[in-house]
Amino acid sequence: MKTPGLLALAVLLALVPLPLLVQSGFWLQFAIFTLYFALLGQSWNLLGGYGGQRSFGHAAFFGTGAYAAAVLQVDLGVNPWLCLGLAGLFGAAAGGFVGALSFRYGLRGSYFALVTLAFAEVFRIVADSVPFTGAGVGLQIPLRQTAANFQFHDKAGFYAVILALTALATAVAWWLENSRFGAELVAVRENEDAARALGIDVNRTKLWAIALSGALAGFAGSFYAQYFLYLDPRLAYGVEVSVTALLVPLIGGAGTVLGPLIGAVALRALNEISSTVTSGAPGLNLVLYGALLIAILAFLPDGLVSLIPRLYRSRLRNA
Amino acid sequence: MLEIAGISKRFGGLTAVADASLEVREGEIVALIGPNGAGKTTLFGIAAGFIPADAGSVRFADEEILGLPPHLVARRGLVRTFQIVQPFASLTVRENVAVGCQLHAGSRAAALGEAAEVARRVGMGDLIDRPASALTIAGRKRLELARALATKPRLLLLDEVMAGLNPTEIVELLPLVRAIRESGVTLLLTEHVMQAVMSLAERVYVLSDGRIIAEGPPAAIVADPRVIEAYLGRGAAQRLSRGGHA
Repeated sequence: MKTPGLLALAVLLALVPLPLLVQSGFWLQFAIFTLYFALLGQSWNLLGGYGGQRSFGHAAFFGTGAYAAAVLQVDLGVNPWLCLGLAGLFGAAAGGFVGALSFRYGLRGSYFALVTLAFAEVFRIVADSVPFTGAGVGLQIPLRQTAANFQFHDKAGFYAVILALTALATAVAWWLENSRFGAELVAVRENEDAARALGIDVNRTKLWAIALSGALAGFAGSFYAQYFLYLDPRLAYGVEVSVTALLVPLIGGAGTVLGPLIGAVALRALNEISSTVTSGAPGLNLVLYGALLIAILAFLPDGLVSLIPRLYRSRLRNA
Repeated sequence: MLEIAGISKRFGGLTAVADASLEVREGEIVALIGPNGAGKTTLFGIAAGFIPADAGSVRFADEEILGLPPHLVARRGLVRTFQIVQPFASLTVRENVAVGCQLHAGSRAAALGEAAEVARRVGMGDLIDRPASALTIAGRKRLELARALATKPRLLLLDEVMAGLNPTEIVELLPLVRAIRESGVTLLLTEHVMQAVMSLAERVYVLSDGRIIAEGPPAAIVADPRVIEAYLGRGAAQRLSRGGHA
């Protein structure tokens, strides 16, 4: 597991000069969305993959980060870069809030998934009805394209930011694989009673994991708000965000460093192909997501990442 | 070292443990025996903080620990194993044991290094990179033991480590348990395998229907009519002493 972690970081490092090499806006946008998916997926992966707490409502953390960033800069004039950092804090706080309530009452498995889904929906309804989010009309971030304002003329700027954020998320996953905390988290995933018997504070471990996961989702939300300069309750807290967050690592390989990166590439590619083939029929990408998920669960339950050692081994055999 | 006094626990209408008291002194191997359903595992669960008790007290190293959550009990040096083994199934033997080592080891790397040593100590040196899910029952029992040992406990509660093992495996495990005691760990074990109890324990408590009905050295315990009756039914001791069948 250690080599793929380093491999993941090396891949991300190699992606740094991409804007210089790729002139086409299409590919740069593809790369940005892929990295954004990877960030969201890695956020889910920390909690769901390593911690075994499979959330169905990551939109709750994502949306809170997105709204925090947008509201703070629009209404209070906070610098958007600072907002990015604060979005992480708000995302972590949302995670901590949901986690404190659900872990305290021992919700696990499907119950945890359902309660997170419910929280995301509650947050969406609240965002739909309070005034400072712009309610159903949505919230527009004024266009002022300067780098100091976290808005860029050309996509390379956004690319650099999302690459850095995804690298950070990947580094966190890599750290989990090599740290005491990561080992405790995996132990909790594998068997809570055994973990307790060995002196692990199970609830505290899960709480840190969900806060960490929430922080990364908050970053993703802030990035989303800056990129599109528009938010409404459905975009921020909608089910699509939650589904993306969990599909990416499940398809790529949950509980691995590389999984979310691979899953993000696969899902974005599928997205592009489906919108080209069907000239963008709405909702069809979700049908394809579903089909891919079923295929993965049936044939590659450990995700696409489990193909790597297989390929490696078959090459060794052939050599 | 461990003083359990007046512990009672009811599950609904069922009294699992009733006013049970026992004491384990430092350096001892004490066995807790009793028929199925006598409340042994419940009593273990209470002592280790997994199950709240309705009444009584549990003192460990002269401090009350009843009411502490299990992870804090474990950090004080009272560590239990599970009768139904609870491995971290998708992790390797080394990774399993390292989780126990982490309780005191400084870093993850140190824990992994130490884990190899502990695994060797319980005779799992060759299996170190095997996933826990691929182990036999005997292997899993050893892993359970290794993981608990890795925390460097002062008192180890072994819940039927011999159950499910064949006679050869039991004979192999006995010296290991003795070696653990020699290394300075006090042991309280529940056991159905009388061979293990007779050869390991210095003192035996007998639990029946949630009550402690007898206490003493193993040889005296197996001859105690109350104990025989608890296992074989009323009047069994008398019939046995007349030379008949129980």
